[in-house]
Amino acid sequence: MLEHTVRWLALAIAGTTIAGSALATDITGAGSTFVYPILSQWSADYSAATGVKVNYQSIGSGGGIAQIKAATVDFGASDKPLDPDELAQAGLAQFPIVIGGVVPVVNMEGVEPGKLKLTGPVLADIFLGKIQKWGDPAIAALNPGLKLGGAAISVVHRSDGSGTTFNFANYLSKVSDEWKSKVGEGTSIQWPVGVGGKGNEGVAAYVKQIKNSIGYVELAYALQNKMSYASMKNRAGNFVEPSLESFQAAASNADWTKAKDFHLVITDAAGPNSWPIAASVFVLMYRQPKDADHTKTTLGFFKWALEKGQAQAKALDYVASPDALVKQVEAYWASTIK
Amino acid sequence: MTVSATVSPALGAEAAQARDRSASETRQDSLFRWVLLGAATLVLLVLGGAALSMLWGGRLAFQTFGWHFILSDDWDPVGRHFGAFVPIYGTLVSSAIAMLIAVPVSFGIALFLTEIAPGWLQGPIAAAIELLAGIPSIIYGMWGLFSFVPFMSDYVLPWVNDHLGPAPWIGVLFRGPPLGIGMLTAGIVLGIMVIPFISSVMRDVFRTVPASLKESAYALGSTTWEVVWKVVLPYTRSAVVGGIFLGLGRALGETMAVTFVLGNAHQLSASLLMPGNSIAATIANEFTEADSDLYLSSLIALGFLLFVVTLIVLAIARLMLHNLARREGR
Repeated sequence: MLEHTVRWLALAIAGTTIAGSALATDITGAGSTFVYPILSQWSADYSAATGVKVNYQSIGSGGGIAQIKAATVDFGASDKPLDPDELAQAGLAQFPIVIGGVVPVVNMEGVEPGKLKLTGPVLADIFLGKIQKWGDPAIAALNPGLKLGGAAISVVHRSDGSGTTFNFANYLSKVSDEWKSKVGEGTSIQWPVGVGGKGNEGVAAYVKQIKNSIGYVELAYALQNKMSYASMKNRAGNFVEPSLESFQAAASNADWTKAKDFHLVITDAAGPNSWPIAASVFVLMYRQPKDADHTKTTLGFFKWALEKGQAQAKALDYVASPDALVKQVEAYWASTIK
Repeated sequence: MTVSATVSPALGAEAAQARDRSASETRQDSLFRWVLLGAATLVLLVLGGAALSMLWGGRLAFQTFGWHFILSDDWDPVGRHFGAFVPIYGTLVSSAIAMLIAVPVSFGIALFLTEIAPGWLQGPIAAAIELLAGIPSIIYGMWGLFSFVPFMSDYVLPWVNDHLGPAPWIGVLFRGPPLGIGMLTAGIVLGIMVIPFISSVMRDVFRTVPASLKESAYALGSTTWEVVWKVVLPYTRSAVVGGIFLGLGRALGETMAVTFVLGNAHQLSASLLMPGNSIAATIANEFTEADSDLYLSSLIALGFLLFVVTLIVLAIARLMLHNLARREGR
C-alpha cells in the first residue's frame, strides 16, 4: 500500500517536472485544421534542429481565434483574416504563413481531371441550385468537347464550419452578386442545396459516393483521393488548372503592400496564371505579449518556417509564401510585435 | 428493537449485547439509507444541472428568437437567424424509422432465443448480438457511408422510387434522387444500431417468465404464438416497453453514425430520400466553428431541446404504461 503511494507520488512529481521543463521551451498554438499537416511537419523538423517544441492543436479556425483572444496559446491560426479593427481591439497582430487552394471536385463518368471547365458565375449558379443539370446550356457552352449528359447535379458542401468554406464562399461572393446577397460568406453558411460532409475527407467521400456530384476540397485531398477536379476561369479570362504553380501565381499577384495587417483574401486574384480560389492561412499573435520570451521563440519558429520550410510545404501540397511576402512579413514583425 | 424488551432478565448480558448490536445495526442501516439517498440525489442533481446549464447557455438564443427558435426552419449562420425545426424533425423522423425496424426485429430475436432456439444455437446468437452492441458508432457510420449507401443508391432507392413513389398518400415520402444519403438510410442504420440494446433487454425479461406459466398454457393446448402473445408478453409488458424506450433514447441522441449518412443539410423535405439533419449531428458538426455568441448559444439551446424531446418521449411512454395498467385494473 505504502509502496504504491510512494510510486504514485514519484510518478506525479516526475510528471510535474516534465511539464515544468517543457513549459520553458514549448510554444503552443491552436486553430486551422487546414494548416495542421504542414505545421506539425515544421514543428518536428524545427524541434530536431533547435530542441524547441511546437505544440499545435487543430481545433478549427474559429477555435484558434477564440483561444488566442483568451491568451491561452502563443499563437492562433486562421484561414479567415480578421479585419484591422478587430485586431486592434484584441491587441493582435496578423500575418500570412502558407498558401493553399480550394478545388471544385466532380464525380462524372469519363471526365478526366481538369477537363471540365467552369467559370465563377456558373459555379455559383450550381451551388445556388439554379443550374441543376450537367447538360445545362451554361455548362455546355464552356465545354464543347465533353459529353455532359442530362444527369442532375448533386451538390456536396461542408457540414462543419470551415476556413475552406469561407474562402470558397468568399470567391463566389466576389463573382456572383446573387450569391453575395442570398448566401454571403462565412465559415458556416446557409446552403441553398446539397448534402453536407464533415471535413475535407467527408466531402471527398460524399463526392466519390454520389454519382454526378460536385463539391469543393483542398488540393491535397483532391490529389490524394485521385478525384476529378475542374479547371476554372480566372479574372484574366484564362482557364487554369489547380496546381502549386497556379496557387503561387495567385499569391504573388495579390497586392499585399496595401493590405493593413495583411487583411487580404487572395481569391479571384489578378494575373494570367492565377488560380481563382487560392487561400492563405494567417497566424495571430499578441502585439504586446505578456511573455516576451515565448513570443521571441514563436517568431523564431515562424522565421525558420518562412525561410527554410519551403521544401516541406511543397511535399505536402502547400505553397510557401513568395519571397517578397516573406520580407514584408518580417518587416511587419519588427514594426508591430514588441 | 422490540427484541430486547421481550427477553427475560436472566439473559441480561445477551440482551445488552443484542441491544448494542441492534443499535450499531440501526446506525449502519441509517448510514446505508443516506448513501442510497445520496446516490439517487446525485442522479437528479446531475440531470438537473445538465438541463439548467444548457438552458442557461442557450438563453441568448431563446431570448432572441423566442418560439421561432423551435418553429423556424431557417438556419443561417451568416445572417444569424437560427431555427431548430429541421434538426428536431430529422431527429424524430430518423428515430421513428429506426424503431419501425428495430422493434419487430428485436422481438423476433428475443422470442427466437427464449422460445424456439435449440440450446446450442442460443449461445452464438446471443454473443453475436452483444458483439453488435459493442461496435463503436463511428464504425457503423463508416460502414453506412462506404458499404450501405452505395447499396441503397444502386439497388434499393431506384426500386423505392419506381414502386412506392407513384403511390397515393405515402408516395411523397419516397420520391427523390437516389443519393443513398438521407433520412431513410440514417433511420435504417440507426435501427441496426439499437437492435442489440432492445433485443437483449427483451431476451432477459422473457427469461423471467415462470416456466410453470408457459407450461400450463402449452398443456392447455396453446400454440407457441398463443403462449407468446397471451402469456409471455402480458407478463413482461412494462419491461419490454422500457427496453424499447431505452433503444429509442439511444437513437434520439446518436451522433456519429447519423452524421455520416444523414447528409447534414438544413433543408426541410417531405421525402425520406432527401438529406436532412438531426440535433446531435448539427451540434457535432458546427460546434467547433461557431464564431458568434448567438450561434454558440443556438447550438447549446439545441442541446437543451434534445433533452426536452427525450423527456417528452419518455413521459409519453410512462403515460402509455400507466394507461395500460389501469385498463387491466391493476
